[in-house]
Amino acid sequence: MQDNNNNILDEVTSGDYKYGFVTDIETEVIPVGLNEEVIRLISSKKEEPQWLLDFRLKAFEYWKTLEMPKWAHLTIPEIDYQSISYYAAPKQKEGPKSMDEVDPELINTFNKLGIPLEEQMALAGIAVDAVMDSVSVKTTFKEKLAELGVIFCSFSEAVHNYPDLVQKYLGSVVPYRDNFFAALNCAVFSDGSFVYIPKGVRCPMELSTYFRINAANTGQFERTLIVADDDSYVSYLEGCTAPMRDENQLHAAIVEIVVMDRAEVKYSTVQNWYPGDKNGVGGIYNFVTKRAVCKGDFSKISWTQVETGSAVTWKYPSCILAGDNSVGEFYSVAVTNNHQQADTGTKMIHLGRNTKSTIVSKGISAGKSQNSYRGLVKVAKRAEGARNHSQCDSLLLGDKCGAHTFPYIEIQNESAIVEHEATTSKISEDQIFYCNQRGISTEDAVGLIVNGYVKEVVNKLPMEFAVEAQKLLQISLEGSVG
Amino acid sequence: MLEIKNLHANINGKEILKGLDLVVRPGEVHAIMGPNGAGKSTLSSVLCGNPAFTVTEGEVSFNDKDLLELSPEDRSREGLFLSFQYPVEIPGVSMVNFMRAAINEHRKYRGEEALSATEFLKLMREKREVVELDNKLANRSVNEGFSGGEKKRNEIFQMAMLEPKLAILDETDSGLDIDALRIVANGVNKLKSSDNATIVITHYQRLLDYIQPDFVHVLYKGRIVKSAGPELALELEEKGYDWIKKELGE
Repeated sequence: MQDNNNNILDEVTSGDYKYGFVTDIETEVIPVGLNEEVIRLISSKKEEPQWLLDFRLKAFEYWKTLEMPKWAHLTIPEIDYQSISYYAAPKQKEGPKSMDEVDPELINTFNKLGIPLEEQMALAGIAVDAVMDSVSVKTTFKEKLAELGVIFCSFSEAVHNYPDLVQKYLGSVVPYRDNFFAALNCAVFSDGSFVYIPKGVRCPMELSTYFRINAANTGQFERTLIVADDDSYVSYLEGCTAPMRDENQLHAAIVEIVVMDRAEVKYSTVQNWYPGDKNGVGGIYNFVTKRAVCKGDFSKISWTQVETGSAVTWKYPSCILAGDNSVGEFYSVAVTNNHQQADTGTKMIHLGRNTKSTIVSKGISAGKSQNSYRGLVKVAKRAEGARNHSQCDSLLLGDKCGAHTFPYIEIQNESAIVEHEATTSKISEDQIFYCNQRGISTEDAVGLIVNGYVKEVVNKLPMEFAVEAQKLLQISLEGSVG
Repeated sequence: MLEIKNLHANINGKEILKGLDLVVRPGEVHAIMGPNGAGKSTLSSVLCGNPAFTVTEGEVSFNDKDLLELSPEDRSREGLFLSFQYPVEIPGVSMVNFMRAAINEHRKYRGEEALSATEFLKLMREKREVVELDNKLANRSVNEGFSGGEKKRNEIFQMAMLEPKLAILDETDSGLDIDALRIVANGVNKLKSSDNATIVITHYQRLLDYIQPDFVHVLYKGRIVKSAGPELALELEEKGYDWIKKELGE
């Protein structure tokens, strides 16, 4: 009976990765290896100012003193940081002025991913800052945003056009000394996005970036910086897919968010990088440092993530609730299948008075995967009246996978109210048979149950993204169900 | 409609059905009675294709198709419905989404268009009345937090939605108080027509006061050992199953 059930689950959970293809675009890659020369080369290729080169070099010096952290519930083979190339840019003579000038191959790639750039721009009103490997190829809707004073551009552009803003906030939320991967990113980051929302502006459209790793054997080190000034609002979307590869690819991104008085930032991620094949060969190693600081009073940050990809995920989007009455939220769905491993969660650091945080984490494990929630709730001495509610649910498909929960709670103020709930459940053969008996196939039954399970989180995503996320969940768990 | 010939089935290597024969024609109501462990629930599970059971011998034809060759979901789409003895809870999946998926799969199988949201909700409303199912229940997750009686009513509600050709009611009366029993039985009777058929599996005569069978069969040790009209149920009620055992020379 048990075996039979596992066979069914095996079948429906062994779908192939649908986004595995390689775009044939001329790419400029620098030789493998990491040393001061490489960092100088990256910086000079990007024509960076001296202060930024200094920042990179300081980070690199510090990184050399560190070792890769081992505390996560992950089994990772030794990574040879000298065998990776740290920079790849699609070759382009001049920047495109309209869609006609964009490389048709690139447009093709986006179409295969189901992101018709023009249509999406027109229909959904989304400005897409498309990151292909390391250099932003196209930034759209910039003019419209510029009217409102909103800055949304590639990180390199921001370095040239808004050096003061970048210099002021770069490393202010995630310092280069933060951790091994943060230091590495600070040394070699290639490109990413920069967002500034001026005082009192409610950004009228969702800002969206599609990241995509493309060149073979190239680590990707994105850097995103979002600053929301007083009384502003922005919703930012990040979505990822990557082509199929055999060798493991390293990815170590940093996202920094600064939220001022009464401002609100909503950051949504759908992550679907190549998870490796059914036998655990290949796949992306994803080590991300994401952190937001609610600097201002009554400010709010909300992280929503749907993680279905990567061979290894190491990611803890965090909230530093410094301003009084500030609010931090973390809504997460993490799916692991086959041999995927995920160690993900959040940190809620309550510093200000009457700060509130909510954590909803839904883990889904299938195949032989390992899925861990790791979360810290910290209430500092002066954080009078802090409140937290955490809910961590795990859903198991089959009996060869694992789900783990590692909650850490540090309370230094007696007025704090901190609640933690955790559940573990399993899709049973009885539930599947019940659905079958009503005419619903096993694949669709798993889809119904999983989508019901993650509803609370997916509902937090912007509409277009929620649809995409549901599709991804089904693809990553079921193969062909659309 | 349904023809079972010499059906043998086992679970975990233990043979439960040992050569069962049964013929059901449109418009008929069959009651299958028998002591605990006779194989009553195994029969319903095997007919619906529960993967926990293995058929080792015999044939089952349903609508002139080889039932045993069909997947469990295709058996449902062909018009076979099981009202479960213990309906399972599916947290997070609303009755609305669940039923909509089921209905549209059935329609797709017949080559029909999916129902629009409006049409579907209208159908839900109509069918809910058959078993006096509260709107609140229809908006909850499948069977989650339902009482025993509500679960059984929900089974008959689903039956009303799917309009099966052959419905198997597996101990639908167990755990029901007299009022719930009447509601459920009324629901079943309302759905009866000359085109569909019902197999009522029950331990007691009680349910048969409400759902009148045309035939009563006694299932014992994996085979049907006695078949007769409705009077057989009364006889069993009076004399108990020992009487059958005696008749079989045990």
